[in-house]
Amino acid sequence: MSKPNATAVPTASRDIKTIVNATLKRRHAAERRFRWYGLLAISLGLIFVLLMFGNIIGKGYPAFWQSYIQLPIKFDAAILDPEGNRDPHAIENADYAALVRTGLRALFPNVEGRVELRALYALSSSDAPLELRQQVMAHPTLIGTEQEIWLLASATVDTFVKGNIDRQAEEDHRPIKDNQIGWIDQLQATGKLKQRFNTILFTSGDSREPEQAGIRGALMGSFYTLLVTFLLSFPVGVATAVYLEEFAPKNRWTDLIEVNINNLAAVPSIVFGLLGLAVFINFFGLPRSAPLVGGLVLSLMTLPVIIIAGRAALTSVPPSIREAALGMGASKLQMVGHHVLPLAMPGMLTGSIIGMARALGESAPLLMIGMVAFIVDVPKSFLDPSTVLPVQIYLWSDLPERAFVERTSAAIMVLLAFMILMNGLAIILRKRFERRW
Amino acid sequence: MLSYLLLTLALLSSAAYYLGRNRAFAVANGHIRNLHSLPGFYGSYTALWCGLPALLVLALWVALQPSLITDLVVAGLPPELHDLPADRLNLVVNDIKNLVNGNIVSSAPNPAILEAANHYRNLRVIGNSALWVVIVSLALAGLAYSWNAIAPTLRARNRVEQIVTLFLILSSTLAIFTTVGIVLSVLFESILFFQHVPITEFLFGLQWSPQTALRADQVGSSGAFGAIPLFSGTLLISGIAMLVAVPIGLMSALYLSEYATPRFRAIAKPALEILAGIPTVVYGFFAALTVAPLIRQIGTAMGLQVASESALAAGLVMGVMIIPFVSSLSDDVINAVPQSMRDGSYALGATKSETIKRVLLPAALPGIVGSILLAVSRAIGETMIVVMAAGLSANLTGNPLAAVTTVTVQIVTLLTGDQEFDSPKTLAAFALGLVLFTITLILNIIALRVVRKYREQYE
Repeated sequence: MSKPNATAVPTASRDIKTIVNATLKRRHAAERRFRWYGLLAISLGLIFVLLMFGNIIGKGYPAFWQSYIQLPIKFDAAILDPEGNRDPHAIENADYAALVRTGLRALFPNVEGRVELRALYALSSSDAPLELRQQVMAHPTLIGTEQEIWLLASATVDTFVKGNIDRQAEEDHRPIKDNQIGWIDQLQATGKLKQRFNTILFTSGDSREPEQAGIRGALMGSFYTLLVTFLLSFPVGVATAVYLEEFAPKNRWTDLIEVNINNLAAVPSIVFGLLGLAVFINFFGLPRSAPLVGGLVLSLMTLPVIIIAGRAALTSVPPSIREAALGMGASKLQMVGHHVLPLAMPGMLTGSIIGMARALGESAPLLMIGMVAFIVDVPKSFLDPSTVLPVQIYLWSDLPERAFVERTSAAIMVLLAFMILMNGLAIILRKRFERRW
Repeated sequence: MLSYLLLTLALLSSAAYYLGRNRAFAVANGHIRNLHSLPGFYGSYTALWCGLPALLVLALWVALQPSLITDLVVAGLPPELHDLPADRLNLVVNDIKNLVNGNIVSSAPNPAILEAANHYRNLRVIGNSALWVVIVSLALAGLAYSWNAIAPTLRARNRVEQIVTLFLILSSTLAIFTTVGIVLSVLFESILFFQHVPITEFLFGLQWSPQTALRADQVGSSGAFGAIPLFSGTLLISGIAMLVAVPIGLMSALYLSEYATPRFRAIAKPALEILAGIPTVVYGFFAALTVAPLIRQIGTAMGLQVASESALAAGLVMGVMIIPFVSSLSDDVINAVPQSMRDGSYALGATKSETIKRVLLPAALPGIVGSILLAVSRAIGETMIVVMAAGLSANLTGNPLAAVTTVTVQIVTLLTGDQEFDSPKTLAAFALGLVLFTITLILNIIALRVVRKYREQYE
């Protein structure tokens, strides 16, 4: 009995071994392939991140520089102050564009003819006279003197100088003409056309002229909107989390609340915009385009995020803390207020900052409540019409000028910088204050 | 003005806190143990009595004052203005308000309107002064009452805690109010819309052109509100997105949880999650200005007819946006599969990939399906990418290279811009919103239930 058994086992095992060995190569190849698919999938995602960042930074960084032309400006008293009495009203309404035109003609004295002259005047931005007026209003002593002043060049000049208009293209197919290119070359050769850091981008509101358009209005709008969002959603979110985690009895009502919170977290953002339009604007009659309404809508959106993060932070506080506080004779609210909440606060703040970062990037619901208008003035209160940074990006991305593409990318860079800042802050908070029990 | 009043109220309340606390010390004769509660609670008690009633009255007042003043002004208008039809009267009231606020008015103001504006201004001044008087005296009265009520036996802690608990409960119901608000606002306008357009035509019609004409006799003046092309467009774009996101997201999750070293995982996982943190408007910009022209160039080079706002561009970029949703949700699900199941498979001689394909995926399938459903609902509701990169024309087509439009794009285009609120055109946006809300709600409920059930299975 033992003999056939002894021979049978090796043959059978040899059979299995051959079977296994025969397929082993294929199976290992499949294994390697599978592994490569996994790596490929991850690298595809990462490559996309890099591509997008690279693309946007590549497009956007030139926007931080802006072309200026140095013009010899004669602050002619006959134009600025014909009566000679330094009347501020007269000075304010003087013809500053004439000063700019004279300055340009002084640089290129042999330009003649209406068409040529108009092409020459197009080199400087329509902002240049305003800039001159500001300087004269601030320093009336300038009147009668002659100064070399750096003035904003027009967006076309700027785009050309940055190499985004093909010099070789046919004249009719480019926005800048041959004679203008000649003047620009002369200016560059004499050092009278330079790129300077673009402060306008950060100090002025929106404009139809790319070289004068800035994101300050949008930044302030975002600031007011987020302030409202935070002031509303943080206290209410924390209160809800505390109630649900520490006080609520387990019954149908609290179940309903929980289901609601989980569902609200997944409702498309645009639906919140519809809510804002129907309830806040049409029913309560709050003004359209106001940061107050935007903040209200965004706080409803951010609430679930804060509540969920807050509850997680509260559950991570060990029950022994609560028992110790209760054992010392604290009331339930004292226990929460003095012990549990301070311990859970870093986690709650982290969650809220992440929620606020998300609110900062949100634009769809704000389109519904009219924060999408063209607004030049920088908002000064919660009720002024305004727009926010992502919506400004959306608005600019629709405009055809190359200079606006550049500015859109720059605005995206600013937006991403803020988001990185906020998320970084959240990470630091978590790393520094989170306690593991 | 309002901010000054609020500031005054805050100052009064903080003063009340100190007054109440000091009073508590005083009535305790220096021995705190005589008091029922800690002195701070007596302070809070006084502060609440001082601030809360005044605040409530203030809110009510601010909400009611404008309409009350308007009614009074309208009642005081001369009869020829007062008897105007409602919409004309509205214009007059608007003119009056603009005059009051110093804005430009639509026509040269006639003396009656000027007088009404003056009347309005006077009433407002009176109202505001009255508000100040009422609020401040109410705050002081509350302060005086509670200050008087402070006694060693006063159960201040219980009173204060009652109010705080009430605040907690009210806060937690806000989620329910939000949902109710969404449902009511969307439903209400949708019902109005379905009075203009039958619901069957909306849900099953094949023509979408919401441009209602100005004149009644114009061709196509009624507009067409068949939403099928929008649904098909939404499905096409989300379908493309899922074709990108599901394989990439799932494979990344599998690699990260089964193959990657802890070091690699610690770097790659947050890096992938960056994708979820980027604002959608950035994706939209990238899709519209970089991806769409690229696809068009490639397509033209291959001799294909590609629309400049092709569904493919929007879908691809949206897919990338959704990758982290799929990957992090599937990651959770995969990690929830017990290690013993993997070990059993390895013990039988299976390779890692075989274990994944034959054991892990079947075991995790319900959870993965749930996470994909959540991702689908995210794709359907996504707005900015499609607004910027997809088209506006409602084509009923399955061709990914053609331009299609989606539900969200139409909501945005119907509601941005100036139009009267109760035209079928704007109401249609709410009907679309209702569809969007219902579909995403159903998807979310199913997904959450599937995921939860699956988790219970292994716990």
